[in-house]
Amino acid sequence: MLAFILRRLFQSLLVMLAVALIAFTMFRFVGDPVNQLVSLDTPQAQVAEIRRSLGLDDPVLVQFFRYLYNAARLEFGVSYQFRLPVISLLGERAPATLELAFMSALFSLLVGIPMGVYTALRRDSALAKLFQAVSLIGISLPTFLIGILLIYLFSVTLGWLPSFGRGEVVKLGSWWTTGLLTASGWKALILPSITLGLFQMTLIMRLVRAEMLEVLRTDYIKFARARGLKTRAVHFGHALKNTLVPVITIAGLQLGSIIAFAIITETVFQWPGMGLLFLKAVQQIDIPIMAAYLILISFLFVSINLIVDLLYAAVDPRLRATVGAH
Amino acid sequence: MSTTNTPSASPSPQKPPSLLARILDSDILASFLRSKVTIVAAIVVLILFIGAAFAPFIAPTDPFDPATVFLADASIPPVWQDGGDPRFIIGTDDQGRDLYSAILYGLRVSLIVGGLGVLLAATIGITLGLLAGYFGGRVDAVIMRIADVQLTFPAILIALLIDGVVRGIFKSATREDTALYVLVISIGLSFWVQYARTIRGSTLIERNKDYVHAARLVGLPAPLIMLRHVLPNVIGPVLVILTINLALAVITEATLSFLGVGLPPTQPSLGTLINIGNRYLFSGDWWIVTFPGVTLAVLVLAVNLLGDWLRDALNPRLR
Amino acid sequence: MTVPVLSVRDLTVEFVTRRGTLRALDKISFDIARGEVLGVVGESGAGKSVTGSAIIGLIDPPGRIAGGEVVLSGERVDNLSPEQMRRIRGKRIGMIFQDPLTSLNPLYRVGEQLIETIQTHTTLNASEARKRAIALLDEVGIPAPDRRIDGYPHEFSGGMRQRVVIALALCAEPEFIIADEPTTALDVSVQAQIIALIKRLCKERGTSVMLVTHDMGVIAETADRVAVMYAGRVAEIGPVRDVVKDPLHPYAKGLMGAIPSLEGEIDRLVQIPGSMPRLSNIPKGCAFNPRCSKVFARCHIDRPELIEVGDRKVACHLYDQPKAEIAA
Repeated sequence: MLAFILRRLFQSLLVMLAVALIAFTMFRFVGDPVNQLVSLDTPQAQVAEIRRSLGLDDPVLVQFFRYLYNAARLEFGVSYQFRLPVISLLGERAPATLELAFMSALFSLLVGIPMGVYTALRRDSALAKLFQAVSLIGISLPTFLIGILLIYLFSVTLGWLPSFGRGEVVKLGSWWTTGLLTASGWKALILPSITLGLFQMTLIMRLVRAEMLEVLRTDYIKFARARGLKTRAVHFGHALKNTLVPVITIAGLQLGSIIAFAIITETVFQWPGMGLLFLKAVQQIDIPIMAAYLILISFLFVSINLIVDLLYAAVDPRLRATVGAH
Repeated sequence: MSTTNTPSASPSPQKPPSLLARILDSDILASFLRSKVTIVAAIVVLILFIGAAFAPFIAPTDPFDPATVFLADASIPPVWQDGGDPRFIIGTDDQGRDLYSAILYGLRVSLIVGGLGVLLAATIGITLGLLAGYFGGRVDAVIMRIADVQLTFPAILIALLIDGVVRGIFKSATREDTALYVLVISIGLSFWVQYARTIRGSTLIERNKDYVHAARLVGLPAPLIMLRHVLPNVIGPVLVILTINLALAVITEATLSFLGVGLPPTQPSLGTLINIGNRYLFSGDWWIVTFPGVTLAVLVLAVNLLGDWLRDALNPRLR
Repeated sequence: MTVPVLSVRDLTVEFVTRRGTLRALDKISFDIARGEVLGVVGESGAGKSVTGSAIIGLIDPPGRIAGGEVVLSGERVDNLSPEQMRRIRGKRIGMIFQDPLTSLNPLYRVGEQLIETIQTHTTLNASEARKRAIALLDEVGIPAPDRRIDGYPHEFSGGMRQRVVIALALCAEPEFIIADEPTTALDVSVQAQIIALIKRLCKERGTSVMLVTHDMGVIAETADRVAVMYAGRVAEIGPVRDVVKDPLHPYAKGLMGAIPSLEGEIDRLVQIPGSMPRLSNIPKGCAFNPRCSKVFARCHIDRPELIEVGDRKVACHLYDQPKAEIAA
């Protein structure tokens, strides 16, 4: 087991190193850090001096390791547009994105899993067919269209919910802000969470359904039935547990893409999160923010991947055994 | 593919039936005719494709010809609403372009970008998948490792990064020049993994079959064996992925254009049109966003339905 | 004669597909007496496993029982409600599956699966059920059962897992057990042990067994009577000694010929030409007629019914006419 954890840790580290290399290349070669700090009439000598002080004349490898070292301390340089440290910009906006991602993940799991189980068990019922149809539409509608649709319906036409922003937020501790403590914060969270979670929800529903149907065909389910176990025990004891094992993996991985897809939702709802910041950075070619976002998101993905793998091993005794044997 | 159906001099003992033979053999046609939803989806896709292909001939006006577009015609609602103009069936956008024509042209752009992107993705994926599966060992390990890493990054993120980097490098280039290439490359680089994995999996199986051994014994070079003998037998599932990916690619393109990093308003895709329309939603000009939006949704839904059906009909166990 | 434990009458199972209705079982009938082991043999697709599933009420859609009845100790069970049938499964009819590697839920401990089953069918509390489970594991020959009960299925070897499966099938003391190819997936070295175990346990409990297999050797060794199935029909049924030594039905003759004999009687190793027809393509009359060496006109017209010949029944027109004609 320990060897397994170490091996996965090592792999994760490799991936992070590769990502950091890409980020560094972007940072160093796409946007010249000096050009942003000087104006056209800065004397040549001064430019050279800045270059040297930034260490841009050092060997590339040294620069890379310096970048790594700084990144590990969360120092990603200064944003071209805002003239502020990237990390404080991202930190300011991280709570908004994380709250949104968490709520939509919760929504997609709490709705997606029951719907998937239902459509698998009552395959031929009218409701199951309706769910199936809805899921297909959910997969086919681009996120931003869903957002626009919801805004048009609930903000423009009905006027029930706000169409942009986070509502009133409360400061927790030194930097975390939360919308979960005010009514307007909750109201503002509803539409974005649904928008962001809908695609994942349909994905999870379809996954649970397919996986459950597969499990229901297995011998051990047939044998459980042949032993006269109650239908409820067979479905929700035996079948569901086996269904959820692979679903955990995918759902965990989806958490990463939820945060990435938040870019779209945040744009539609003008949600003051990291995604919106990143998008503006891309439009303005604000390389330090792009590079930092890339590293942070990758770190998140890799951590989630790692956790999911470990969780998987903890849940499935077979894997635990094979993993332990390595 | 047709080459494998004609008897050739190539050594092919126990060669599995080719894709075409399998299509004819499976009751693909029967299953198509039985599913009403699929037929409708196919008709819709056909209509949209034809509309896109012949947009210049079908569209009443050329929305990109400044000579025919007048700002005075801006934001005219559909004909059935008050203030509608019979010249513009479903109204005009903020610049006075006929929305119907703009949608036809936008559809064309969306499909071109999506189609090229998917083709690029398939080319990259099939090539790498064949190499990984056929040679195995270190080649396989490296390619699949890259695929794993790649898979953790959503397409949107990759596309945004590529867009930012390209414009960072070519500072003088305007979006009009680069958008199409950036989008196609972004989609290509985002979606190749699925092809590579599928192709690799079936190549691993095929390479140990007798007909490949035979081809090797005869002394055919590896590239020829891969392309002429292995590829036709592993390409089947790719068809399904292509279809489903086309829907995904169109969504990705539309999303990027919506986010303002895709196609510019001067050569709008469906996503660009939706982006423009979204700005006028609050002022009550609902039609500018609705009609492109519905077109996009219908296109993606229909393609998805076709993909679903194709997967069930060919029934390779796809993930 | 007492009431048989199981009595199957004209049981018909159909699968409705888009190409039409396929008959997987076509009016099959047989009885199993108390304590008796009935072997069911035939090629794959002959309907052996479907028979088992039909009796226990677990035919997967689109299959369904289209006719006939299943009577368990005098009580008709094929028309019970799903809930009533569930109470019978495991409690009165046990079932042993073919592949022990896949018939146990990998995510649950062996003990959890046993205790759950015991508690479903009895009023025992958790600790009593656990004691019972340990006793059962001991009985099926699992060493150190009080420790092994907390193991996961993957920690058991194939043979050991099949012992667990047997314990699971027997844990509510059913009066009748269906063993569907219980040794096919096992190592040859373990097969004999498992068969001996099933035989011993059932003898001790007076449990009747329907032993589905395509292994004639197992049948000859274990069964009291044997039913030979072909294309969803019973071709011949009778005491195992008679059927093995002197089969009547031409198909049974061929099948028995397929057992290699140690005595080296060369003439017994015959092969049946051709293969069993697909369900969609069963010939008119006797289903065996395309492969039969003794085929005559009537075989192409009438379907042969089971007719009694001594202790057994055989579905063959050869035995439905004056003796003289057979010789001819």
